[in-house]
Amino acid sequence: MLIGSGPIVIGQACEFDYSGVQACKSLREEGYEVVLVNSNPATIMTDPEFADRTYIEPLSADFLSAVIRRERPDALLPTVGGQTALNLAMELDKAGVLEKYGVEMIGATAEVIERAEDRSLFKQAMLKIGLDMPRSGSARTIDEARKVRDTLGYPLVIRPGFTLGGAGGGIARDEAAFERIVQQGLFLSPTHEVLVEESIEGWKEFELEVMRDRKDNCVIVCSIENLDPMGVHTGDSITVAPAQTLTDREYQNMRDAALAVMRVIGVETGGSNVQFALNPANGRMVVIEMNPRVSRSSALASKATGFPIAKIAAKLAVGYTLDELRNDITRQTPACFEPSIDYVVTKIPRFAFEKFPSADPVLGTQMKSVGETMSIGRTFKESLQKALRSLETGRAGFGADGKDDPFEARDDASLEAALRTPHSNRLFDIRAAFRRGWSVARIHGICKVDPWFLRHLEELAAYEDEIRAAGSLAELERDAARFMQAKQFGFSDRQIAWILQATEDAVRAARQRLGLVPAYGLVDTCAAEFAALTPYFYSTYGSGGLPEASPTAQSGAPRRKIMIIGGGPNRIGQGIEFDYCCVHACFALRDAGYETVMVNSNPETVSTDYDTSDMLYFEPLTLEDVLHVYRHEGCAGAIVQFGGQTPLNLARALEANGVTIIGTSPYSIDQAEDRKQFQELAARLGLRQPENGLATGADEAEAVAARVGFPVLMRPSFVLGGRAMVIVFDRETLRTYMREAVEVSEDRPVLIDRFLANACEVDVDCISDGETHVIGAIMEHVELAGIHSGDSACIIPAPNLSKSVKAVIRKQTFALAEALKVKGLMNIQFAVQGEDVYILEVNPRASRTVPFVSKTTGVPLAKLAALVMVGEKLVDLGFTQEFIPQHYAVKEAVFPFTRFPGIDVVLSPEMKSTGEVMGIDGNCGLAYLKSQIAAGNRLPKGGGVFLSVRDEDKGDAVELARKLKQLGFTLYATLGTSTALWKAGIRDRAVFRISSGHPNAIDLIESDEINWIISTPTVGTEPAWDEVKMRAHAVTRNIPITTTINGLRWSIMGLKSYQTAHGHVKVRSIQEYHERSPPVRLPTRVSGKGLQA
Amino acid sequence: MTTFHWAEQRKKPAYLALEDGTIFRGWSVGAAVDRVGEVVFNTGLTGYQEIISDPSYAGQFVTFTCPEIGNVGMNAADRESLSIHASGLVMHACNAASNWRSESELGRALKDAGVPALAGIDTRRLTRLLRDQGTMKGFMCVTGAADEADGVAQARAWQGLDGQDYAARVSCAQPYAWDADGRETCSWGMAARLPPADLKIVAYDFGIKWNILRGLRRQGMQVTVVPAKTTAAAVLAMKPDGVLLSNGPADPAALPYAVAAIRELLGKVPMMGICLGHQLLGLALGGRTYRLKFGHHGCNHPVMDLAAGTVAITSQNHNFAVAAETIDTARVDVTHINLNDQTVEGIRCKAFPAFSVQYHPEACPGPHDAAPLFQQFRTSITVSGCAAR
Repeated sequence: MLIGSGPIVIGQACEFDYSGVQACKSLREEGYEVVLVNSNPATIMTDPEFADRTYIEPLSADFLSAVIRRERPDALLPTVGGQTALNLAMELDKAGVLEKYGVEMIGATAEVIERAEDRSLFKQAMLKIGLDMPRSGSARTIDEARKVRDTLGYPLVIRPGFTLGGAGGGIARDEAAFERIVQQGLFLSPTHEVLVEESIEGWKEFELEVMRDRKDNCVIVCSIENLDPMGVHTGDSITVAPAQTLTDREYQNMRDAALAVMRVIGVETGGSNVQFALNPANGRMVVIEMNPRVSRSSALASKATGFPIAKIAAKLAVGYTLDELRNDITRQTPACFEPSIDYVVTKIPRFAFEKFPSADPVLGTQMKSVGETMSIGRTFKESLQKALRSLETGRAGFGADGKDDPFEARDDASLEAALRTPHSNRLFDIRAAFRRGWSVARIHGICKVDPWFLRHLEELAAYEDEIRAAGSLAELERDAARFMQAKQFGFSDRQIAWILQATEDAVRAARQRLGLVPAYGLVDTCAAEFAALTPYFYSTYGSGGLPEASPTAQSGAPRRKIMIIGGGPNRIGQGIEFDYCCVHACFALRDAGYETVMVNSNPETVSTDYDTSDMLYFEPLTLEDVLHVYRHEGCAGAIVQFGGQTPLNLARALEANGVTIIGTSPYSIDQAEDRKQFQELAARLGLRQPENGLATGADEAEAVAARVGFPVLMRPSFVLGGRAMVIVFDRETLRTYMREAVEVSEDRPVLIDRFLANACEVDVDCISDGETHVIGAIMEHVELAGIHSGDSACIIPAPNLSKSVKAVIRKQTFALAEALKVKGLMNIQFAVQGEDVYILEVNPRASRTVPFVSKTTGVPLAKLAALVMVGEKLVDLGFTQEFIPQHYAVKEAVFPFTRFPGIDVVLSPEMKSTGEVMGIDGNCGLAYLKSQIAAGNRLPKGGGVFLSVRDEDKGDAVELARKLKQLGFTLYATLGTSTALWKAGIRDRAVFRISSGHPNAIDLIESDEINWIISTPTVGTEPAWDEVKMRAHAVTRNIPITTTINGLRWSIMGLKSYQTAHGHVKVRSIQEYHERSPPVRLPTRVSGKGLQA
Repeated sequence: MTTFHWAEQRKKPAYLALEDGTIFRGWSVGAAVDRVGEVVFNTGLTGYQEIISDPSYAGQFVTFTCPEIGNVGMNAADRESLSIHASGLVMHACNAASNWRSESELGRALKDAGVPALAGIDTRRLTRLLRDQGTMKGFMCVTGAADEADGVAQARAWQGLDGQDYAARVSCAQPYAWDADGRETCSWGMAARLPPADLKIVAYDFGIKWNILRGLRRQGMQVTVVPAKTTAAAVLAMKPDGVLLSNGPADPAALPYAVAAIRELLGKVPMMGICLGHQLLGLALGGRTYRLKFGHHGCNHPVMDLAAGTVAITSQNHNFAVAAETIDTARVDVTHINLNDQTVEGIRCKAFPAFSVQYHPEACPGPHDAAPLFQQFRTSITVSGCAAR
């Protein structure tokens, strides 16, 4: 049995899908029967073919126990599903479930996990083997604290015991601060205790990835050095592999320490990562922590070196030793070795602060990034520049792209402050400082980034002038060596174009005239010592002569090559769902005999596993980089439909440069995405849209709003995830929005729609081959229109839509598929007001819901779509009829609110969720309940509920409050809601508003009297301070919050079903759910059309 | 602001010419001298200072597959000998140092030592060429004194390392006692305390790395280092408890005097051989050595202990190996093999306490996995009964 890591959240992303998939494959290869539990339907690992039985059930001890009862597994492998799986395994162990059913924990035992996770046990173990840790002492009085201080010296970290999120702590650099923070900490700590610890902020940070087998053979797979010094969570740090600034003696001592840690903690087999801090002044090395499992870093290490840690870890867990396993990449040498690499890997985290404007953007010890990108270059300079443009934040590299103004405009004092405070754009501040003539020493003194990195950054900043000194692009073309040097330093065509005031196209043309194109190096695990056969490539300039191995040359008959462009770094609105689609396209096309070429820059994904495609190019997803790969490989076509907005944004430029876009044409994509064109199309097809208009200026916008009437829904065109999408209720907000929205998307107008109040939103996924159109599923949203579809729960099959509405939806869907000449997938969002169907949006591409639909219906939509794009017909593939399952599946979104303390948790048209879960059951209410449990909204079975609803919801609230009473809940409400309830004869306990007195909701939370909060936000203006405060507080106390009436309605239905079932909620594998799914016929190498005629 | 020399670098005025006619162009970052040498590549990710100060690299141009070199500078503690022995260095990038232990820059040290070096080289392409074609002779031109055709001719004209006695060139001139005060053995990052030195060891210096000496000393051995050509009689006259056969450069077959001495010592005193010392022991025990296509140079070589079935990740640096098929299995056990290519990595004499390994238990650079071999040497001495006391 394997446990997955559940929904994508900050700190746990698709790297655990990657590791889980590898583990599943690896174990089944050995003939083991694999039972998998994961609540996340967007994962590849939960595809029915990866395990023998797959349970998409909530990841809680109860549900896992139910699966264990049913499946009776022999062993549990808890080390490939992140911290979630590790914690659950511990819970199961402590509850005696594993013992009761005779389940053996493999990979890491409970004692090992305990020793690694428990701070004091870990410290004991480290001291036992003579390793250093940050020194500390605890104190209960200021005198005790002073004594500790005297032994340690400043700076010191003061950590109050048992306060939430370390509240009240801080760093003391002098006596005054020390006294103040300690006093405050002692006061705030419920146990009146503070930990006084030496500060290692500013030290260098390293990570080693270790593997060990049962014979105690140990290898280090990769060393990683953080560019950001200690103080920034490693997940939020820019990291570089291999480590760059260690002497061999330092590195080998670290290696010895890492192996010693693994041994003393007792990890007998598998992978672990060990983190170290190093004092740059004297080399003192301390152990920070170790993870006795595969991790985000191990996924990075696997992608960085070609050594598949999770795959090998799974084999080691079932008894293999490293020397018995083969190195996949060379296929000749064993896996028992330490990879050597002849390039530099850079990882840069991707943040989403634009989604949470009120969140604190300063980086610290708690991880805040939502994704990451990795790049490979021959040198650090090349690698860093590639990584920066891979990040897809609009930057073309290390500055020099016309977007440096905010950094260059800072005065010296604010630049210094910006350098001192870790934040997501600090690199650009460093560039600005170098451009200002600041020295490496000065900048190092402020930000503590190692001078080794800073020198390279300085050289890049200075080289801009070297390019500029060429005078013009024509002159640069005449100086090929200088041009080449720029490319070797990683400068993109866009940067060169900006510096020389030319266009990107002109730079590319000049380069092509000079034959200045990148070569592709092989990620071969061995720095070219041995021939490598696995085609995993990166681009680099200045390498040449010998072409690297290519399977094309080896595989006999030439096959048609299809490029699949991935989704780039995870961010809110673009995540694992799109990677899932890309991976499915690879699988289907490979099976059908095509040669698949994957291009992506996200190290967490399954798509960047070299096993997924025939050829993997780890490259930035920019026009320049993608075009090179396409031409280098001589692809027959590229698929842009599957990777979300990233490849779609490239589609037109790729096409203009001779790339064949297969599937729905970029022209059709434009037709659907361009409001004006779409409006004409809708009118022609007789489809109803909310009244709307376009505006490029504030006056124009106001005119549109006056015409369609407030409230209006406003958004920029061509964005994903509802970026900057808002419901606007008045003129003033509208004007503010127009001022700020211009920054979001430059040459596109703002779209203004009449907002449809109280409308039910419906998502439809449809597939078409140009002749046959089939609906994948009609999904009914739980939350009303106006909340981003990615953030609302939705249900298959639609439980409340009338037959006639569904008929209208189908008819309109087909009409659109026809009109847009869809070849592949299409997603449509409808709003249903009574019996009126409005069309909100059409996306002729794979949508976020595709994996959810496939997991629910058992129809591999993405695979079918990929095949359709290369010319297969749905009739031949055996999918011509919409399939409506007998069971219910509910998708629920998961939010990162706990990571951003103090921000409001309400839903809006702007997407905020990072991940999703699915609840599946024969009963609709239970499916919803499962989705809530899986999403971490542990709805209580009884106890106190706090109700505070806006006026518009009071009517519904009365009816639902009555049901809550019937379910046995005690009701608490604020004045307004309470009055409404009393009028309807429902007795509750009235409480004060937070601002007006006690007891109020926060008091009730603190006294554990309520364990569920229902709070629907006031509409229109900024939500009331009271509400925000209460909801934010509930988040920190982990109390479920329901913010919509519909959410409440479904929750009550779920709880009622739960009571009716007497708490016996059944678990079933999706293989069982899919028994009645329509069989499809996917082509094989023989029947497919991959072979060239 | 730092001054950069991009224009100079773009000219790529220096080059490496290979005997097959291939030219690799770059710029000079070392001394202004032109040299011939045998071109090898090393895949280690750390420890360039240890590598270039290892006398085994005498006569060779070391190509670093790791693209960023020079990062940690040079320091006195990490030396493996008194000078830089590699004939030249080939790098992709030669960086300024950033490490608290650094005492000088790599480029400065190379200039001071009179060793030429190239940067700006496509080291991956060079490595692949060497991997496919085998180790080659080369000519490194940094002065502009020879045109490229001339450079190729010079590379071809050079006699190379086969059959050459380089050990005699790098060996000490006179016997000396190693590190009487223990300071060198306890240099940074090493054990802080030493056991009393109760065993007397004679170490043949064929190009010995200091960390071998440190390793012996840490096992309580007092070491006298003797020149390569010291006779067996002279060694025995020193009444050692054990003899260490060191690593060293070039071709073991060019050292018949050493093989003769070892033959004589066999059975009279416990011996441990490392790298070249291992090859010499192999020859003394009747085996033959041969040239590997491109040798083993790196820190990641998996070596299996055939008796224990466990694997050590080892540091390696050799172009020659003992041919497995020439080993007289009646007299000699093969104890270790390389898992990458199955070559012989360790042998043990059946009759006498003598064993040797092809890899480097002293590490520096590289993992410490094989360090217990020094302990094993001590054990072989103490249990053999050959101990003088």
